[in-house]
Amino acid sequence: MVASKDSGENLVSVQVDDHWISVPRGTRMIEACKQAAAEVPHYCYHPKLTSPGNCRMCLVEMGMPPRPSPGEEPELDADGHAKINWMPRPVIACANTVVDGMGIRTQSLLAKECRQGVMEFLLINHPLDCPICDQAGECTLQEYSVEHGNGQSRFLESKVKKPKNVEIGPRIRLDDERCVLCSRCVRFSKEVVDDDVFGFVDRGSHSVLTVHPDRKLENNYSLNTVDICPVGALTSNDFRFKMRVWFMRETKSLCTGCARGCNTVVGSREGKIYRQSPRENNDVNSAWMCDTGRMEYHQLENPARLTEPMIKRGKKHRTVDWPEAICRAARDLTKFKGEQLAIIASGRMTNEELYLTRTLAESLQPGVVDIVKREGEGDDYLSHCDKNPNVNGARKVLKIRSPGSKLKSIRKRIVEDKIKALLVIGEDLIDCGFTEGELSSLQCLVSSHIIANPTAKMSHVVLPGAGYAEKRGSMINATGRLQRLNKAIDPPGQSREDWEILHELNRAVDGCDGVTELADVFTQMASTLSIFKGLSLSRIGDLGVDVMDTGETVPLLEREARRVSEGLIVG
Amino acid sequence: MADPRYIAGKKPHPRERRMIFRNVDRSGWDASIATYRKDGGYRELKKALKMKPAAVTDEVKASGLRGRGGAGFPTGVKWGFIPPDNNKPIYLICNADESEPGTFKDRYIIHQDPHQLLEGILISSYAVGAKVAYIYIREEFPEGAVILERAIEEARTAKLLGKKILGTDFECEIYIHRGAGAYICGEETGLIESLEGKRPYPRIKPPYFPAVLGLYMCPTIVNNVESLCHVKHVMAMGGKKYAQLGTPRNTGTRILCVSGDVQKPGYFEIEVGKLTMGELIEDLCGGMKKGRKLKAVIPGGSSAKVLRAGETYTIRDGDKEKTIGLPDIPMDFDSLAACGSMAGSGGVIVMDDSRDMTWVLNNINTFYAHESCGQCTPCREGSLWMKKITDRMLSGGGVPSDVETLVSVGNNIAGRTICAFGEACAWPTQSFVAKFPEEFKKHTSRRNIGKALNPETKTASAGLGD
Amino acid sequence: MEVPKELEKEADDFICHYPQEEKGSASLPLLHLLQREFGYISDDAISWVAEKLGTEPIKILELVTFYPGFRQKAPGKYHIRVCRTLSCAMAGCHQTMEKICELAGIDRSNVSHHDPIAISTDGKFSIEFAECLASCGTGPVCLVGDDFHEEVKPENTEQLLQQYK
Ligand SMILES: Cc1cc2nc3c(=O)[nH]c(=O)nc-3n(C[C@H](O)[C@H](O)[C@H](O)COP(=O)(O)O)c2cc1C
Ligand code: SF4
Ligand code: SF4
Ligand code: SF4
Ligand code: FES
Ligand code: FES
Repeated sequence: MVASKDSGENLVSVQVDDHWISVPRGTRMIEACKQAAAEVPHYCYHPKLTSPGNCRMCLVEMGMPPRPSPGEEPELDADGHAKINWMPRPVIACANTVVDGMGIRTQSLLAKECRQGVMEFLLINHPLDCPICDQAGECTLQEYSVEHGNGQSRFLESKVKKPKNVEIGPRIRLDDERCVLCSRCVRFSKEVVDDDVFGFVDRGSHSVLTVHPDRKLENNYSLNTVDICPVGALTSNDFRFKMRVWFMRETKSLCTGCARGCNTVVGSREGKIYRQSPRENNDVNSAWMCDTGRMEYHQLENPARLTEPMIKRGKKHRTVDWPEAICRAARDLTKFKGEQLAIIASGRMTNEELYLTRTLAESLQPGVVDIVKREGEGDDYLSHCDKNPNVNGARKVLKIRSPGSKLKSIRKRIVEDKIKALLVIGEDLIDCGFTEGELSSLQCLVSSHIIANPTAKMSHVVLPGAGYAEKRGSMINATGRLQRLNKAIDPPGQSREDWEILHELNRAVDGCDGVTELADVFTQMASTLSIFKGLSLSRIGDLGVDVMDTGETVPLLEREARRVSEGLIVG
Repeated sequence: MADPRYIAGKKPHPRERRMIFRNVDRSGWDASIATYRKDGGYRELKKALKMKPAAVTDEVKASGLRGRGGAGFPTGVKWGFIPPDNNKPIYLICNADESEPGTFKDRYIIHQDPHQLLEGILISSYAVGAKVAYIYIREEFPEGAVILERAIEEARTAKLLGKKILGTDFECEIYIHRGAGAYICGEETGLIESLEGKRPYPRIKPPYFPAVLGLYMCPTIVNNVESLCHVKHVMAMGGKKYAQLGTPRNTGTRILCVSGDVQKPGYFEIEVGKLTMGELIEDLCGGMKKGRKLKAVIPGGSSAKVLRAGETYTIRDGDKEKTIGLPDIPMDFDSLAACGSMAGSGGVIVMDDSRDMTWVLNNINTFYAHESCGQCTPCREGSLWMKKITDRMLSGGGVPSDVETLVSVGNNIAGRTICAFGEACAWPTQSFVAKFPEEFKKHTSRRNIGKALNPETKTASAGLGD
Repeated sequence: MEVPKELEKEADDFICHYPQEEKGSASLPLLHLLQREFGYISDDAISWVAEKLGTEPIKILELVTFYPGFRQKAPGKYHIRVCRTLSCAMAGCHQTMEKICELAGIDRSNVSHHDPIAISTDGKFSIEFAECLASCGTGPVCLVGDDFHEEVKPENTEQLLQQYK
């Protein structure tokens, strides 16, 4: 908490399990407990959503300082706080806010009994599915029942039957017997992405979560509901039955699907990614990501992945080792100077890769350097219309003024035979309007990519790079935030992280670049470019730092801020 | 259409003090505005409109009127909760959901004296500053809804609704909103959600106190039909005078509805606290059925805790405490609360010695399991669980642990839910099992397995499935 | 589903009872209109109401399935609701129910929470239990359509049914 001048007035004292702490006025009891390291178990509460208070798992004991009649002095305890009158009834910690002098007991007999009672209620009609449930291992029901349950079942009746394995949208299935009716999914869909598709039908113990038969859950943020479902009721078709969560390694990284740069956690095991989910960053993506971005990792599984460097001989490519490929690329590229050479890089490259491209360009002196523009459809939530994750990096590092503006003239000059050599990094030129005729007229075409795309097929030298989850580096998103991409798995076969490829190329062209590891590239960059001044790769941290003011805002975050200020959500 | 029993000329019992029910069963009376006005109707509205709204509220405060819908909350105090700096529209809602089992009083007001209700609503709307009032009427009163619609039309024609009411600047519209068969729509925040067109899931309080964040998140006053009618009489008598009716803190009259095993069930308007349970049963209801003895009474609608014949209670009598029996309990809010139950909605259900208490509780449990809205965990899961246990006990499958389980399920619901339905569904189980342990144990002993203990048993839980 | 003009007009009148931006409030009134017209709430009726009020059909389905007052299947010509709750049960409503079913030719053995309504073989009567109808002093009570009947003891049931031709 930053101490501001009036912070004294805006802080209140709260006693949590016998310890006094100070929290800002208006803090929810559950958050105050969290700050006091007394985590209160909960199902329906989610700081980004409104609080219906329906699960009753967060019941705690609450007490208030007495209101002394005028002239009377309140009785004080040893710490000088007014003695607390404890209420006979428990209260929910999720929706109530603290007041000065309030007492909270999360571990009293009453609080424990309440939790045990709720756990028992939730379990009596819950199927004993854990061995086949995807949520096992990260299921709060399972977790709490170990901690707060009473073990033995005294429920002798038959369980309520509900629909199982319901397809509620193209990407998600629902098991109603597992659902604890917390309404998180309902609230997310309605409040965050304005798609009020979920509903409860029937009533009482027979209540069932569902969607209308003619109106599926298919918005581009649907998979977030799977993340926030506290149990295994909502499951992603993509992840279902594929991997037990406790076997997975988690890597904090970024989505590179668009310029938003949503923060993610990549779950992988033995070189394979099993899922990707959003990681909370309140300056970027709140706690969400779009389905398109989430599914992006499948491109890494493309069967046409390039796995070995290749050199074209006649009409055929043959695989070579890296030294040969680099040597050949450097030799061919250095044959051309100025006007004759162009470099087409990519807005999907990391800053480090762009920087190494820049040093390469300093040596090779190409007549023109550009990147490919990647416009698409954005929305009012997170998805950005610029599908390049690092255009701002390209602007700053590679000094690209207007991305893609030079591609047309490059094509023209290839046709005019003025450009004879082309280095293409991370792009497929055929996909951006170049013709095979144009590319085949080049005397030297060196390309780096992860897929055996048409450009690779025409290239004299093919350098297999790494996908976004197979490498490290930094990027600057649409709002000017510098963030870190991390490596979840190794690139396949002989393919390498792109910074290494570029580093090798630099060395082959220029002899030496003073770089031995990725962090060095950043350090060099930071000494050259003012926006990175004082930063290092590790100093970027997990949540990134703002390095530019792009004047852009995030619509979803603005709405969220409004809801926070109205007291509807915690944020 | 068959009229609900309208016994023209049926004389009130001499112990009654009829104000609200003055015109119920009155000979020569009908529901028209002409009849109502001939009898001095809408005079109190005229009187109120000459006062400042706050002065009307003050009268209601002075009257000590407590809500007749169940909780017994002081009406004037509730009205005072509307934030003084409010600049949103204010709504008044008349709670005509009358669905607490054992309660049948609002029905007669609506059917036989609708204009009394409209006048009460108009006075109250004026006092709280509402320009729109809704009457939320349960769906199972189709005829009541028609009668109210007609009354509203009449009132509109008579310029008692709309703009410039009675030539003043007061404007107000009253609309009927029909429910669709859900007890929980009687709970005020459930009602509000229902009126908003949502599932009637009660709201958490705080922060959603209706007087601050009610209908459409605007200040809203929800009052029971009978409470609103009382407002008219508070106007007529003046708050202080009204407060002399009944007993201190339990002022005015209230309607008690008696059903069950008495000779003459029915409705009786009495001064609050001026009549005991014994007098109610023996004098007003003609006593128990022939050859039968009193066994138990549910004194304030099915959610009120049961009272067992022969029990004694300690209540305050002025500064002293005294011990009384069931027949001595004065029928008022505080006494019934002191006896561990509540006056609730005024529905008194009497049971004689032929009744099997497990069967009775099962019937009640079936009601609550059917009516739980299902929003919050303890009530959603617990209400059906309790029903299933008593189902099983009745069908001969009881086990010794059932008695303990029933009580602890009840304990795990009461006080831990979003709305007071939690208590409403737990109290019967808690009290029945505590007060009639031998009857419940009977159903868990091997001797009785497979034996129906009561002719009704076999059909007790049939009908609504699980 | 063809919604008659007059009915649509009635619906529009109901919508006017609520603030303009709170049209959703008219959900129950509109559903009542449609059930009155068609006897039950069909899928089309749900869509119609949703469209009329500018909301999602699931929000209407949520209501239809919550409230027992709305039926999702066609009832008999006369729909009977017998109070099941305590005072009426003490007055013998289960026997009344049995007797009516016997006289009207209704088999209730398959009713369940999800399908509480049973229909006579000739389609003339349908029946279900309802919860306390707020006339506990005159039980057993029942509703036949919109008509309310009190003290419907088993011996009165024949006379009751005869009123409905
Ligand atoms: C489960 C439940 C059901 C209720 N049902 C009714 C009802 O049918 N009619 C009613 O007037 N109040 C009912 N109430 C009480 C209302 O919530 C509310 O307190 C009352 O309408 C306020 O009016 P009053 O102050 O005039 O009593 C119910 C409360 C609960 C918790
Ligand atoms: S599906 Fe999951 S998130 Fe949705 S209500 Fe059920 S338990 Fe909650
Ligand atoms: S919004 Fe953009 S960055 Fe975020 S998940 Fe979607 S594609 Fe990825
Ligand atoms: S206590 Fe019962 S009726 Fe009230 S909100 Fe919870 S589930 Fe619904
Ligand atoms: S977390 Fe569900 S009630 Fe508080
Ligand atoms: S119990 Fe049947 S009307 Fe109340």
